Amino acid sequence: MAFDSFSAFLAMEGHGPYVWTCYAVFVVFVAGMMFWSARRNRAVIEGCKRRFEQQQGTSGQDVRQKASATFTRVEVSQD
Amino acid sequence: MWQFFHKLGSPKWFYGIATRFMPWLLVAGLMLLLAGLVWGLAFAPKDYLQGNSYRIIFIHVPTAFLAQSMYIMMAAAGVVTLVWRMKLADVFVKAVAPVGLVFTFLSLFTGAVWGKPTWGTWWIWDARLTSMLILLFLYGGVIALDRAINDEKSAARAVAVLVLVGVVNIPIIKYSVEWWNTLHQPATLKLTEEPSMPTEMLVPLLLSIAGLYLLFGWLACLRMKTEILVREQRTRWVKDMIMAGGR
Repeated sequence: MAFDSFSAFLAMEGHGPYVWTCYAVFVVFVAGMMFWSARRNRAVIEGCKRRFEQQQGTSGQDVRQKASATFTRVEVSQD
Repeated sequence: MWQFFHKLGSPKWFYGIATRFMPWLLVAGLMLLLAGLVWGLAFAPKDYLQGNSYRIIFIHVPTAFLAQSMYIMMAAAGVVTLVWRMKLADVFVKAVAPVGLVFTFLSLFTGAVWGKPTWGTWWIWDARLTSMLILLFLYGGVIALDRAINDEKSAARAVAVLVLVGVVNIPIIKYSVEWWNTLHQPATLKLTEEPSMPTEMLVPLLLSIAGLYLLFGWLACLRMKTEILVREQRTRWVKDMIMAGGR
């Protein structure tokens, strides 16, 4: 340990506010980006799942056959 | 070789590989980063000149390093997009650009906060800081250009060109501290020379760089998977995989 006490660790001889601000902002941004990316991934998966289930619910096997043969590109919002 | 290249271009193949590697990337990345940061914050000795403010280096250097190497990776992907029209390369650029923006911002922010106690100013228009700010704008430009063009193929090509033009900024960032008389200190880590840092400071720095690199790998895989799903949601393999409960 480079510090004598916990309070000395927090104070960092006056540089505490600078150092801790940096670490806090870093953790918030990195964790936030990880969380947000994971949430969007889950939302896209759920969205696909709901659509596939709907397709299967409306006309069963027919839609499934059709879907397997369609490769058209569709406009999807990137938001 | 060519077979491997073709496989690499297949979104389905990549999706499977990424899913398999992601847990390892996440666990190893978090562990290395945590070890590096705790070591750097609490156990590394203080700098004889800068005191404890230098501890910001353990996040400043990894974020700056990642921001630049991410841009080089994006430029390589841009070449692949233009020459081979490989879809996965464009997926990579699109998935990674926002991460690069955040890392560039973090390196500028931590640099500014470090500058205050060390130089006595938050910001100065010196070559290193200005070229890093340009990198931030380049990342922003890539994201904006991609969103502005609706057609996927045109967007991919335009973004690839912008990324390649912007790559000229990378050597400017790297050598700015040698070409010009900057306030920014020279590079801490050099491939060709002995590091200018004692081992007790160098090891935690390398740990946090490695950890952040792996976390970036995890983020890139996750975001690429999302982008692949959005693009390929009409295909059979996506349907089969999602209905089978795959992630």
